[in-house]
Amino acid sequence: MIALGQFLEVLIGGLMSGVLYSLVALGFVLIFKASGVFNFAQGAMVLLAGLALVRSLDLLVASGFPLWAAIVLGIGFAAVIMAITAWLIERFVIGPLVNQDGLTLFMSTIGVTFVLEGAAQMIFGSDAYPLRLFPTDAWFLFENVFPGGILVNKLDVWGGVIAGILVAGLAIFFQRTKTGRALRAVADDHMAAQSVGIPISWIWFVVWLAAGLVALVAATVWGTKLGVQFSITFLALKALPVLIIGGLTSVPGAIVGGLIVGAGEKLAEVFLGSHIGGGIEYWFAYVLALAVLLVRPQGLFGERIIERI
Amino acid sequence: MVRNKLLLAAAILSGGAFASPAAAQSEQFIPILSYRTGAYAVNGVPYANGVADYYNLVNERDGGINGVKLLVEECETGYATDKGVECYERLKGKGPTGAAFVNPLSTGITFALTEKTTTDKIPIITMGYGRADSKNGAVFAYNFPLLGTYWSAADIAIQHVAKEVGGFDKLKGKKISLLYHDSPYGKEPIPMLQVLAKKYAFEFTPIPVTHPGVEQKSQWLSIRQNRPDYVLVWGWGVMNGTAVKEAAAVAYPRDKMIGVWWSGAEPDVQPAGDQAVGYKALMLQHGAGKFPVHADIEKHVYAKGKGASEPGKVGEVLYNRGMVNAMLGVEAIRKAQEKFGKKPLTGEQVRWGLENLSLPDARLKELGFEGMLKPIKISCSDHEGARDGRVQQWDGKGWKVISDWYTANQSETEPLVEEVSAKYAADKKIQPRDCSKES
Repeated sequence: MIALGQFLEVLIGGLMSGVLYSLVALGFVLIFKASGVFNFAQGAMVLLAGLALVRSLDLLVASGFPLWAAIVLGIGFAAVIMAITAWLIERFVIGPLVNQDGLTLFMSTIGVTFVLEGAAQMIFGSDAYPLRLFPTDAWFLFENVFPGGILVNKLDVWGGVIAGILVAGLAIFFQRTKTGRALRAVADDHMAAQSVGIPISWIWFVVWLAAGLVALVAATVWGTKLGVQFSITFLALKALPVLIIGGLTSVPGAIVGGLIVGAGEKLAEVFLGSHIGGGIEYWFAYVLALAVLLVRPQGLFGERIIERI
Repeated sequence: MVRNKLLLAAAILSGGAFASPAAAQSEQFIPILSYRTGAYAVNGVPYANGVADYYNLVNERDGGINGVKLLVEECETGYATDKGVECYERLKGKGPTGAAFVNPLSTGITFALTEKTTTDKIPIITMGYGRADSKNGAVFAYNFPLLGTYWSAADIAIQHVAKEVGGFDKLKGKKISLLYHDSPYGKEPIPMLQVLAKKYAFEFTPIPVTHPGVEQKSQWLSIRQNRPDYVLVWGWGVMNGTAVKEAAAVAYPRDKMIGVWWSGAEPDVQPAGDQAVGYKALMLQHGAGKFPVHADIEKHVYAKGKGASEPGKVGEVLYNRGMVNAMLGVEAIRKAQEKFGKKPLTGEQVRWGLENLSLPDARLKELGFEGMLKPIKISCSDHEGARDGRVQQWDGKGWKVISDWYTANQSETEPLVEEVSAKYAADKKIQPRDCSKES
């Protein structure tokens, strides 16, 4: 019974961790879905959003604002910062590169990554800043069935709830709103979309803003988990196998990919890693991703592109 | 503060090195390998500030070492071995006599530079880190793991555990896990802990955490199932704070965790808030707090607006460690000047100063470090110089010293040092020096 309890605990913990990876992966999906750009800067955007939030929150609390007001104002400030960032990226990076190939746009987001990382730390500081927006203790379920029960972290559950709300909101946005449909049109063929009067600059600003806001949401959860600090940018690397598995263009795919990666890497680390020296979860996620690539190169939920020759 | 941020910006935009003044022929050049950006900047910045402020103090207060001013250039490694080697290669020849010594602040970079520095005849100071076998100066002539190696740290940690459980005989059957950064740094204590586990019959389990350590759920779920009596933490940067938070999440008692001295600074516990209360860590002799030398730094450096740190962070654990590291290098140059003259010295000459450095209590008091450090005496056969430590505990607001001094037991560490350094000498075809003939 202990082994089954441990298995369930690791499985549930892994699935929950995977949802947290999905929060970061969603930002990638949004931008790729709407502009065909693989946004390498998403991890840096999480850092920027987190630093803007936590530093303004600290300042407001120190100035005597009640906590709820400080949180609202802090989130508002961070959202404004992300809006400014989106405008700057569209105006000075992506906009001037319109009609360039995907690799050029991808390389430009690598540049954006380093600028954002440097600027965020220069403006808001490079320490580790505590953020406590969600509870981080745990529930112990089924204690009468399994010795010690099955541990479920409350922060992970919050992350799952938030991810669910985000996915639902994004689905409505893409399917039911005029801007959402315009985004999909731009993603399919931005030159054709432009020719029928869709304002491509505005659309790209909107999508970078949406990705920025998703980064802010991810920062609230991951900042609570780790403290807001530079290492949060490494989450981008955790999101990559999620994207490969789920597909670059699918919002639900980001969630399913996250679940597969989270559960797979945790089970592998605990039950396989202990026999081969440990430390395998980091690369095991990529093993899973490679396995999916071999079978479905577009990912489990990605769009299969068929080109007539 | 604004100036620091501008310096940081310059470093980022230039891709590495801080701007340096032009080398002058009468100055002693010292490179600073630091990391003010990247995953480990949270810990690298206060350390680098302590180093920079102390060199600045020597120039501002004393006009240098016996009139020889220090010329310093900082190079950003990002804690990456390749960048560290690049920084070393770029800076080793600067100044009228080249680099006096190098402090890589990374065990990985230390491993990469050990042979290069020997060839270049530039001492490599690895205070509280680096290769533990390099304590043997007969083999590692240019390596100086001052104040304590990781094998000394492991021994001190087990001594403390033994004290808490009621004696070494009570260690039998206990479960002790090592949660370590999966890098040369984190792996370094494992051989010593295996030796100690065999001797005292405790069950030892090493648990690796992949760089940078942001995700540790698997490791802590394993710990929750295995329920070790103690968890030793060999982490750096975000790994430390994450370990504390994950321990809290699985309800593992924080007072059964003992971090190495690189897992026991303010940035390691502050992000965890109240969850860190009770967490313990080894001290590389000193802890946080201000001593007479800090008054000098505030008077001669900060009052002139030349401080590198935010004033409120002066006296934190890693700031103090950077300062101690810089002081030991400065005193080694001063010692070497006694033999080679009051002028800029070569790395080879400074190596002699390091190997003959002795700082008794009286000298530490003159330097303003009384109460921070115990006496240190380095010799050809002992490049560690001292192996004392204490244990501190986080109370939610600050670190409190909770133990007396421990001294690593050389009867336990020395056989391993001899064995591993002899193997290194054989592999590299190094003829160990006869230390009885060195002076």
